[in-house]
Amino acid sequence: MHEWANLALDTARVRGASFADTRVIDVRLRNLSTKNGQVGTLSEQESQGIGVRALADGAWGFASTDQLTREGVQACAARAVAIARASALAKRHDVVMAPEQAYVDTWQNPFIKDPFEIPVDRQLALLLTADHEMSKVTGISFAESSMEFRRIEQWYASTIGSRIHQVKMHAGAGIVAMSFAGNEIQKRSYPASFGGQHQLGGYELVESLDLPGNAERIAQEAVALHQAIPCPDGHRDIILESSQLGLQIHESIGHPIELDRVLGMEANFAGMSFLTLDKLNTLRYGSDIVNVVADARLEHGPGLGTFGYDDEGVPAQCTDIIKNGQFTGYLTNRETAAALGLNRSGGTMRGESWNRLPIIRMTNISLLPGHWSYDGLIADTDDAILMETNRSWSIDDRRYHFQFSTEIGWEIKNGRKGRMIKNPSYSGITTEFWNSCDAICSREHWTLWGTPNCGKGQPMQTMGTGHGAAPSRFRNVRVGVALAKS
Amino acid sequence: MSPARKSPAKTDAKARKARPSRAASRRAEGPAVAEAHLPSDAELRRIADRVLRFSHDADETEIEISAAADALTRFANNTIHQNVAEHALSVSVRTVFDGRTARATTNKIDDDSLKRVVAASAELARSQPKNPDLLPMPGKQKYPKIERYFASTAAATPVHRAHAVTRVCTHATEQGHTTAGILSTGATAMAIGNSRGLWAIHRQTRAEFSVTMLDKDSSGWAKASSPDLNSFNPEALAASASQKAAASRAPREVEPGRWTVILEPAATLDIVGFLFYDFAGTAVHDQRSCFNKRIGKQVMGENITIRDDVTHPLQSGAPFDGEGMARQKVLLVDRGVPKNLVYARATAKKMKAKPTGHGLPLPNQDGEAPLNLVFDGGNSSLEEMIASTERGILVTRMWYIREVEPYEKVLTGMTRDGTFLVENGRIVSGIRNFRFNQGVLEMLSNVEQMSVPVRAAGEESFDMVVPAMKIRNFRFSEVTKF
Repeated sequence: MHEWANLALDTARVRGASFADTRVIDVRLRNLSTKNGQVGTLSEQESQGIGVRALADGAWGFASTDQLTREGVQACAARAVAIARASALAKRHDVVMAPEQAYVDTWQNPFIKDPFEIPVDRQLALLLTADHEMSKVTGISFAESSMEFRRIEQWYASTIGSRIHQVKMHAGAGIVAMSFAGNEIQKRSYPASFGGQHQLGGYELVESLDLPGNAERIAQEAVALHQAIPCPDGHRDIILESSQLGLQIHESIGHPIELDRVLGMEANFAGMSFLTLDKLNTLRYGSDIVNVVADARLEHGPGLGTFGYDDEGVPAQCTDIIKNGQFTGYLTNRETAAALGLNRSGGTMRGESWNRLPIIRMTNISLLPGHWSYDGLIADTDDAILMETNRSWSIDDRRYHFQFSTEIGWEIKNGRKGRMIKNPSYSGITTEFWNSCDAICSREHWTLWGTPNCGKGQPMQTMGTGHGAAPSRFRNVRVGVALAKS
Repeated sequence: MSPARKSPAKTDAKARKARPSRAASRRAEGPAVAEAHLPSDAELRRIADRVLRFSHDADETEIEISAAADALTRFANNTIHQNVAEHALSVSVRTVFDGRTARATTNKIDDDSLKRVVAASAELARSQPKNPDLLPMPGKQKYPKIERYFASTAAATPVHRAHAVTRVCTHATEQGHTTAGILSTGATAMAIGNSRGLWAIHRQTRAEFSVTMLDKDSSGWAKASSPDLNSFNPEALAASASQKAAASRAPREVEPGRWTVILEPAATLDIVGFLFYDFAGTAVHDQRSCFNKRIGKQVMGENITIRDDVTHPLQSGAPFDGEGMARQKVLLVDRGVPKNLVYARATAKKMKAKPTGHGLPLPNQDGEAPLNLVFDGGNSSLEEMIASTERGILVTRMWYIREVEPYEKVLTGMTRDGTFLVENGRIVSGIRNFRFNQGVLEMLSNVEQMSVPVRAAGEESFDMVVPAMKIRNFRFSEVTKF
């Protein structure tokens, strides 16, 4: 496929581009789901095409096509240059990028079992078993299970000489049980909500989740929630389990550190950020025990934000975002790194597919583990609410004020887990919340969660991001405001 | 998608139609990004016929073909920073073997690729248990005639968009504002056919403009979209956003609580847009709709009537559903009483109802959805709503809305880009943005005044035809820092 990339770059050069890069991408998807004992979705999809980014007259243009022919690729590259020249009609200054070397390399994430080689009937049988285990619980009105697999093969090339071939295999699966009774619809998901767990890897991820083995338990919890006590309205200490904390990291750290947001490039849609440039190395983002990194390297784990090189040819890196509570770094690309005066991009440019312009995206934004055992944390807590599994999430367009609700909560009283709590919710201001963190569980309780559905950009791009987290405690947080009567 | 907001900007938009600039230099003139790349009706038909030939051993075969040529010019900090174009085509094949069905999709149309996608669909279909709810594919259908293709929109070039954006950026600079937004244009062709003789094609263009104006401590926003690029004026919308940014400078903090609110059409859309799937027969059958056990009961005010109508002049989209059935007009809520749901064919059979032509492409687990909601609205102007308000909040748009509780349909979200305090019948200042936690059914029981409905566009829902609304007892639960 590098021949198409070379042709695109040659065309862009001839048309006058001062820089160009291109990605030829071949994507294969498989989606399976069941609902209430029957097969729901059963589909496969393949998509192949090329995207060309060109810098001409000091401005950017991008064009994409699925016509992988000589004529199609040349026309696409010419269009990218023409669009760049149109962009230049409204430019205020020429684009400047931080320097980067050329790389010729191949990278692939490890996996054991190719999910596309596993027979579909075997995959469906697993889902139908889990579905049955949920549906058989009295009071369950809706049961759903799903798997998703994605293989992305990409050939990147640039006019500075990079030629990078990468293959990524994604896998994900999850189950949901719902119960309608009286005036309530209650819901439980496993292992996380909104599609379950997603990582780079093969079918071994699905097998490790043991969906059938957890199905009856979550169905019983969904039914039991109708009889649970309501979430109190007031201020409480809270403990967040790791998948909920992963989403908290995503929304209140991952997005505000995107430097394109900070610089106003997303102001119309995704919004901006409270992390203005004056806050770098001066803001106390969290308490002393809060350490957060943006780490795209494989050694961090098989997250949805793991890769060998980003989509402008910059190698995967680890950047300190919050160190001992201090705000220390943004997510950058070559252009914003130059604007910030950095000598290198942080390597966070990612595009959804061949038809989308790469933009700054989260990689794996992870809260590093602390030293608490889970049992020790519970035993150390006098009066708190333990909240599990996200149900809703919302945050303002500068990422100050958030509100989350979870599917289930539990009273923690005098160091023990007590009664079940329904409709738990909490809200707060980002920095006040992270400064209230006083306990983080250890590596043994740490999970690298995948968020497969992060939306950003116009046209909208959906991207997978990774978030490592362990159960953590936060003091004196506003709870219950979502459904409070006043 | 397209907004039509009841503001001075809208009036100006109709009067001052966007025109391609004559000043565009020949060197900078980009290629037309849409029309040349959409296949003709005959080409679409030939692709379908080839798929049917390759799928001769299936009991039934369905083909969906989608072709798109889209372009989007994005600006921020008073300059174009992203500028993209996309050409894509996909062929999706659904086969049926002995009561089993599955779908496979490719974006390549050579013989080998089409044979491969047919084989993939067949292999998936054969790998599963029989589906007792699967119905035979429908035969030939009749559709209402809908014209939503504008050649001038399809022919818009990067230079056309750049000149329009340049004028917006110049306006921002003159006002001391920083602007960000998009201007996009595109065209699509969709075709669906099957081995029982069904065949339908829909062509449509689209244009969208969204603009944010940033002041030192405030912002304003406006958005429009339509199949016709000439139906709105980016400069007028930019002026409206600028006016909002200026009027909301130095925002005050006011206390959260129960407020009278005036929602501009985009803000109404942001909230009521979350109702659409609750009207699906499958959602009620699965007991996950807020209309469970509420059909025929008074759950909203008597002034609320909602329909689904793909033929409405302010709507967009194809006149057929994911199985090729004609979309029918459906009265969903009649004077506050949910009356009807929408049904795919299989859902209708299961629920002993008639199919309405709202099915999603099979196989799926969600059934159907109304995609062309139209509210009847009222006759009050936004100005009359403000003038009649002793103390209230005027909201331009909402942001990041999520469902907190599904049966009372409690949603949470934030106000954004122009939130104002109204006192004694006039706007007195901008205010810091609120978080709301509000039940939608309760909200639609508390509507005091409505405007004539317009086509509204936002970021939380697909476009619908909705009015501005004045609502009592709307719950703002907390306030943010800007």
